[in-house]
Amino acid sequence: MNHAITLTVNGVVREASVPARRLLSDCLRHDLGLTGTHVGCEHGVCGACTVLLDGEPVRSCLTFAVTADGHEITTVEGLAGDDGLSPVQRAFTECHGLQCGFCTPGFLCTVTAFLRETPAPTEEEVLEAVSGNLCRCTGYQNIIKAVHRAAEIQAEEAR
Amino acid sequence: MKPPPFDYHRPASLGEALDALAEAGGHGKVLAGGQSLIPLLNMRLAAPGHLVDINRLTELDTIAADASGVRVGALARHAAVERSASAKAAQPLLAQALRLVAHPVIRNRGTVVGSLVHADPSAEMPAVLALLGGSVRLARRGAEREVAATDFFVGPLESALLPGELAVSAFFPALPGRSGTAFCEVARRHGDYAMAGVAAAVTLDEDFRIAAAKVACVSVGPVPVVVDVSQVCGTRPVASVDWDAVAGAVQDTIEPEDDIHATAEYRRHLTGVLVTRALREAAHDAAQDAARAAGEGQA
Repeated sequence: MNHAITLTVNGVVREASVPARRLLSDCLRHDLGLTGTHVGCEHGVCGACTVLLDGEPVRSCLTFAVTADGHEITTVEGLAGDDGLSPVQRAFTECHGLQCGFCTPGFLCTVTAFLRETPAPTEEEVLEAVSGNLCRCTGYQNIIKAVHRAAEIQAEEAR
Repeated sequence: MKPPPFDYHRPASLGEALDALAEAGGHGKVLAGGQSLIPLLNMRLAAPGHLVDINRLTELDTIAADASGVRVGALARHAAVERSASAKAAQPLLAQALRLVAHPVIRNRGTVVGSLVHADPSAEMPAVLALLGGSVRLARRGAEREVAATDFFVGPLESALLPGELAVSAFFPALPGRSGTAFCEVARRHGDYAMAGVAAAVTLDEDFRIAAAKVACVSVGPVPVVVDVSQVCGTRPVASVDWDAVAGAVQDTIEPEDDIHATAEYRRHLTGVLVTRALREAAHDAAQDAARAAGEGQA
């Protein structure tokens, strides 16, 4: 049996008809065609599928689409503004915070929410913030640099 | 890695949820945060016929703290309890332990009561409830019961929750004055399940000597292992406690097992080290609490 759900994804109201067991990650990718959200481990370890649910980062592979019915979702496709890449995205580009890019959507969503709550993070806070996201190629040093750089860019632009 | 099919129920009230659970009986399962349940479903380790999604029951999204302790509703997320100033004031051990529960992103979704019902012996929340002598309130259609932590944790991933029941809240009692707490653990990677972990609570007497000391150990038994070490510590100032004897007493009580993450002996060693570390931190915390109280008394 399918369930009719309505999600507001990146500001656009989207409707889908999904079985109850449809993971939010699969709903975004298969039903809504938003393949920016990547699916790695499907049991909550890797963080690649992280999206923002009502602004809070969550694992979309550990959330059912039916549970998210009526809520707002932001995926990596929704991070860039009309004037181009977001500060976090620019910082990742500048600092070589990605290589193959598989883990990147999850990092970008996690870091975007983190810097909103912690605009001037310490080294330790950055490590803790990205500890739930795995990267298998770039390595973490440049990702950590990118988070600090993103905080700088945001502070510069706020001035 | 996709969940098996199930019948989905999204009740709009607690009563509706209890009706759905009563009808589903042994085939029913409650979905709250889903951060333990959905991995189990994805890996096909569980296949409940009916899922009762309580995420619309805002009446269960509660954190109520007063001088007696903190009552956490079934839909209160880890992150909300971790950030709650009133919960922290009434029972600081909650926030101390919650920062060790998985990763921040998991804590945005996972619930405290869900962690208790999941009853993983390597998880932090069951140890906290067991250490504090808290309880879980279980509701079924037409009835409610409050189950003490000692009776609630039955075995690994097994709680006293019966088919048809919903854990609606959990109560974490406050400690008496002049008390302190700490939670220390060792995991391979931050956010992983701990190879060993210890929650500690210490209460000091008027002369800053240990009046009561207790620990709860994770990952070293089928349920959290609570050991009262007041006797071994003795009524002494913290500086003259024989910590080796205290650690030894706990090491003699636990029955860790080998697995791919650590040998039983290594877990026993870690637990000894963490017992000392956590108790000393808790005692330090208690001394500050006592000094603060004395300062307020003078003022």
